[in-house]
Amino acid sequence: MSESIIEIKNVNKWFGDFQVLKDINLEVQAKQKIVVCGPSGSGKSTLIRCINRLEEHQQGNIIVDGNELDENTKNIEAIRAEVGMVFQQFNLFPHLSILDNCTLAPIWVKKMPKKDAEELAMQQLEKVQIADQAVKFPGQLSGGQQQRCAIARALCMQPKIMLFDEPTSALDPEMIKEVLDAMVNLANAGMTMIVVTHEMGFAKEVADEVIFMDEGMIVEKAKTKEFFDNPKSDRTKLFLSQIL
Amino acid sequence: MNYKNILKADENNFKTYLSIGLLLIFISLLDVFLNSFFKINITSSLPGNFSLFSPLILGLIGLQLIRIEYSGIKYIDLLNKNINNNNFNALLTLLIIFCIFKAFPPALSWMILDANISGDTKDACTGTGACWTYIKVWLRRFMYGMYPNELHWRINSAFILVIGLGFAGYFFKDNLKKYLALYYVIIYPLIAFLVIYYLISGGSFGLTWVETGAWGGLSLTFIVSFFCLIFCFPLGMILALGRRSNLPTIRYISVGYIEFWRGVPLITVLFMSSVMFPMFLPQDFFMDKLVRVIIAITLFEGAYCAEVIRGGLQALPRGQYDAAKSLGMGYWKMHIFVILPQALKLVIPGICNTFLALVKDTPLIFVVGLSELAGMLALAKTNPKWLGFAMEGYVFAAIIFWIICYAMSKYSYNLEAKYKTER
Repeated sequence: MSESIIEIKNVNKWFGDFQVLKDINLEVQAKQKIVVCGPSGSGKSTLIRCINRLEEHQQGNIIVDGNELDENTKNIEAIRAEVGMVFQQFNLFPHLSILDNCTLAPIWVKKMPKKDAEELAMQQLEKVQIADQAVKFPGQLSGGQQQRCAIARALCMQPKIMLFDEPTSALDPEMIKEVLDAMVNLANAGMTMIVVTHEMGFAKEVADEVIFMDEGMIVEKAKTKEFFDNPKSDRTKLFLSQIL
Repeated sequence: MNYKNILKADENNFKTYLSIGLLLIFISLLDVFLNSFFKINITSSLPGNFSLFSPLILGLIGLQLIRIEYSGIKYIDLLNKNINNNNFNALLTLLIIFCIFKAFPPALSWMILDANISGDTKDACTGTGACWTYIKVWLRRFMYGMYPNELHWRINSAFILVIGLGFAGYFFKDNLKKYLALYYVIIYPLIAFLVIYYLISGGSFGLTWVETGAWGGLSLTFIVSFFCLIFCFPLGMILALGRRSNLPTIRYISVGYIEFWRGVPLITVLFMSSVMFPMFLPQDFFMDKLVRVIIAITLFEGAYCAEVIRGGLQALPRGQYDAAKSLGMGYWKMHIFVILPQALKLVIPGICNTFLALVKDTPLIFVVGLSELAGMLALAKTNPKWLGFAMEGYVFAAIIFWIICYAMSKYSYNLEAKYKTER
């Protein structure tokens, strides 16, 4: 077994009095694809937001690519630059064109020359098949196109890990497929991915492991085939029976 | 049920109703118009008070006759929908039109028909109207204050230079575009200050020194407003960010600053700057009165700007912050490239509001002995040779201020339209 790229040990987190994460342990190897599912409010989004420290955990350790995340982390920006994230609400920058959305961070964070950044951005946009929309603004694109642009934007930072926070939940049904296709291509290219989603078809197709969370705890963690064919806990069985 | 409301228009013979209605409205308007412009009373034959109210009654009946759901004639429909949809609105419409008719002739005759503009002394003003001679004679004072007449070219050329430099940003080449913000926030104010200091103040390059006490009039209004505007905006931006900072010290300092300056009236701040402030300074340290006033107004208006900008910052969805952070941007990069451009766009109307208030607050510098436009008026109206023309002066100042403020608000609408993007 190769070394873990993400290690989460005994992590606890509270929002006020409410405990959102209870004693989470998780290891992710490089190039592994992990799907996190569970009912809403189960802490799955919070968990992946902790991985790039958009949320701070209060107890336990999170180690990303050899760097421990805590208050003393001076290089939190450097770690975030290596961890791409795609959000449920796309969160494109509405005042910038699609191309500028993709080149902003490479130019100003990675200090890439503008020309190289634009070339890279066009490559990534080509991969998600919206290169022809590069000069438009986010408000002029459909939801599916915006989400694919958000994927391209994250990839322009050439991250080692990609986090997806319910990337298809805000989309119309006919647009979900185009986004999932882009994600499948990315998975096939060997990216390390952690995906929070309810798309079980996607999980079956690409995931190495599936994690089921409920009430802030990891209830079940299993290889994909085993998870769907032979779930152990009753809670998982109930969830799967409702969603499939 | 043979009863039929003959005042209610119906579609079958709408043409008849329309022509009678329009005729009545026309007669009523004509009556008021002739009455107020030519003092002819065409209804004088009618008894007593009826003559007074006849236009109103005729107009109301006329409007009632043409009121119909849908006529197919564009202007009639517009009229019915917006100002003639019930009797009360019809009455208001007529009253407003009559008031305008009544008020216009006296204003016109005072301002133009009976006014005087020829001559150079008070004796030239013989009419019952306005005495624009007064404005003409005092124009240079109103524009340049006590600044020596033969040196006015220095103020003019300084202004032309500063305005020219302001437009320089439009001609930046693409590779210079990214320094645009830097230019307008730091370099431009500095150059503008130096230009105004060396050209208007003088004292070097063979130019004679003119002390700031002699500056005045509209040019001083411009100088004070200009510097206060360009300095209070960055100050407000920093304070707004400070107020939302995670660091308690910075946050409390910002909150304290904003609440302090918003809590005191500008006039006391100006008094403090000119009377109290020098007491705290060492004996031999001298700071010009005008500079102190500009600093005082800047600090004061900065607090207001901060709160307006904070509103814009809070209007942005949290996802924008998350997205910028997840791309590895630090605090400053996130704010400069993602947050502020969007937030400032949202607060253009509010900022314009603050700036208009600032321009109209500049006459307050009169309390420390500086006389901009309104201040010069106050001086001129007490001049023994020109007593009794305060009205003309204030009308003149009102027109000038209105033009400045209207231009500013028009410009802000343009900016809003230019930077409008869909979300």
